[in-house]
Amino acid sequence: MPKTVLSKAMWLVIAIVGASAIGGIAIHRGESINAIWFVAAAICTYLVAYRFYSAWICARVLVLDETRATPAERFNNGRDFVPTNKWVTFGHHFAAIAGPGPLIGPTLAMQFGYLPGTLWILAGAVLGGCVQDMVIMFCSTRRDGRSLGQMARDELGPVGGWAAMIGTMLIMLILIAVLGLVIVNAMKHSPWATSTVLGTIPVAMLIGIYMRGIRPGRVLEGSLIGISLLLICVVGGGWVDHNEAIRGAFDWSGESVAWFVMIYGFAAATLPVWLLLAPRDYLSTFLKLGVVFLLAISILVLAPDMKMPALTQFIDGTGPIFKGSLFPFVFITIACGAISGFHSLVSSGTTPKLLPNERDIRMIGYGSMALESFVGIMAVIAACVLDPGVFFAINSPAGVVGKEAAAAVATISSWGFPVSVDQMQMLATEMGEKTLFARTGGAPSLAVGMATIFSNTFGKTLLSMWYHFAIMFEVLFILTTLDAGTRVGRFMLQDMLRHVWKPIGDVSSYPATVISSLVFVAAWGYFLWQGVKDPLGGVNILWPLFGISNQLLAGIALSVATGIIIKMGKVRFAWVTGLPLTWLAIVCTTAAVEKVFSTNPAIGFLSGAASMAEKLAAGTLPPDRAAVAPQLIIGQQIDAALALFFAIVLWVVIFDMLRMSLRMRSGKSVLPLSESRYVRTQLDPNLVTSSH
Amino acid sequence: MIREELKLLPKHLWQYLRQVTGDDAYERYVAHQQVAHAGEPALTRQEFFKKRQDEKWSKVTRCC
Repeated sequence: MPKTVLSKAMWLVIAIVGASAIGGIAIHRGESINAIWFVAAAICTYLVAYRFYSAWICARVLVLDETRATPAERFNNGRDFVPTNKWVTFGHHFAAIAGPGPLIGPTLAMQFGYLPGTLWILAGAVLGGCVQDMVIMFCSTRRDGRSLGQMARDELGPVGGWAAMIGTMLIMLILIAVLGLVIVNAMKHSPWATSTVLGTIPVAMLIGIYMRGIRPGRVLEGSLIGISLLLICVVGGGWVDHNEAIRGAFDWSGESVAWFVMIYGFAAATLPVWLLLAPRDYLSTFLKLGVVFLLAISILVLAPDMKMPALTQFIDGTGPIFKGSLFPFVFITIACGAISGFHSLVSSGTTPKLLPNERDIRMIGYGSMALESFVGIMAVIAACVLDPGVFFAINSPAGVVGKEAAAAVATISSWGFPVSVDQMQMLATEMGEKTLFARTGGAPSLAVGMATIFSNTFGKTLLSMWYHFAIMFEVLFILTTLDAGTRVGRFMLQDMLRHVWKPIGDVSSYPATVISSLVFVAAWGYFLWQGVKDPLGGVNILWPLFGISNQLLAGIALSVATGIIIKMGKVRFAWVTGLPLTWLAIVCTTAAVEKVFSTNPAIGFLSGAASMAEKLAAGTLPPDRAAVAPQLIIGQQIDAALALFFAIVLWVVIFDMLRMSLRMRSGKSVLPLSESRYVRTQLDPNLVTSSH
Repeated sequence: MIREELKLLPKHLWQYLRQVTGDDAYERYVAHQQVAHAGEPALTRQEFFKKRQDEKWSKVTRCC
């Protein structure tokens, strides 16, 4: 008895601490606020939600059955279906879902101030993102580890299946384009960053050859050697930067970096995976987990003060980084930090093939996303430790604040975020850069924030090394998503085109591979190019489009999950996934409609294109803008079509799910629940839970 | 009791690291093969990693 009293008291304390921290964050209106408040609010929220909400869902809604054999056990082939220790599976799952999104989205969303973003990262994760990941993992585990697309087809019908497939491919396109743009803005005119990143390519290939031919499958050795070589690349980049004779060769324009990214994506998609893609992924995964861990420790040790106000005037929609009001754009911008549709692709199809026991779905599905959301909170902290003036100077595109440093600081200071040319110059010099102005995209400001936190924790020197280490880390793992995405996108394209022309579907044919890769790279390259050419930075267009597409995929996943819960005869619990779905549908539709039809040319794609065409015809555009205007006008019209298409796909899937549910309710026939038959587990519970 | 476990901790951590990175995947595969398909020829180390990698990178394994 005393034990349960103690446990109840402990959970009461956690709940009170969490609630006070959130309350403190919400009502605080001072000069600055300490980051520890955010850490406390986040951890307590995750703990309480995990302990109570996820346990309730598992016990009452999903009814996890620990005696039931998982696909990993039933199809164990020692290779891709392998029952794996739950902590190892957790590691794999987290490494797979943790991408650059939760670092970039929350950083960009800080233009509204820290409060809205923080609240959504917490609430969205525990009520939406974690639930989605866990329920989809459950559905796939009960269906032989099938993918989201297959489940949509089996449970809802061909319409849902097709929508999921096309939706996934288009999301991939936009995702890769916007990530490419983030790389461009981090690398352009930065010889240090460019030479470091270029250096990482031969390093990856070397490790690829090592792990393939010299010491096959010795992942740990290979990665250790690789990481050391990467650190040498960072130092070497500094040497290049200080060497006047060669630094010019690495001083690339945005266009050149964009070409580099496209060629790289094409190469990674067509070369054998062992040479470039797989070894670089090992390196970037190590680096990613290492940096996330280091950042968490640093924030706890340093307990930095955050200088961003709780709310800025930009909640009215006039923000410099992207236009659009708090609702719906804070949700669209944060995207993966709170709920990411992409995770449903890993939670289905991949992780169930490793899962040792159904009961672990809770820890791996819900827990991983909670951790991912915490990464988002750390990005919030790293962005807000900067002076708001500095944050806006780095992230505001030249087309908004002015090309000259003096003009930019004057504009930003006039918003009430004082910053000076000297301050920015000194910061750039400290970071080993010529300028930090107009590096829109989140990566550079995050790198400045991380470098500041790291150097304050580990000694004040070497700021420029930390900065370029952070940039390398971000670019490296963006490239992982970029080339893995191009490769998968190529497979998806081949799978779709096969219905039109059979030979193109042959994934082992070299010409088919090259052609489909070229088509796919050209498709995302088009959006990337449009972003690079856009004087307003491109991020303002591409990131919202990406956010909409990502939330659309989450909407598809939640529709499939809701449909399955209803078919399981648990319509009274359908709100568990139905409520997040409703919210996403509202957010996504509002955002898509605003992005397409808003009469404000800074927000609406159509009015943006019209206003640019008008100015072009009247001859009021400056010559450099007039030159790119025709491209941008067509680009915005395509963006409009795409945003509209996303919204339509989402509603098609939702209606398909509702139609199925109504048929079921009125007793008509629906597709049967495709759950596989119960097989009792033979695994010794100790065998899979211990670490041997 | 606790002392014993502490002694084993470095070993467990090392095993975890090897398993989570896939460093010991082949050894596990061979062990599985011996139990489940005794007598059948197993893949060589190189074949095994090639197959595993190709399988891994033909679906979504990295998110945004």
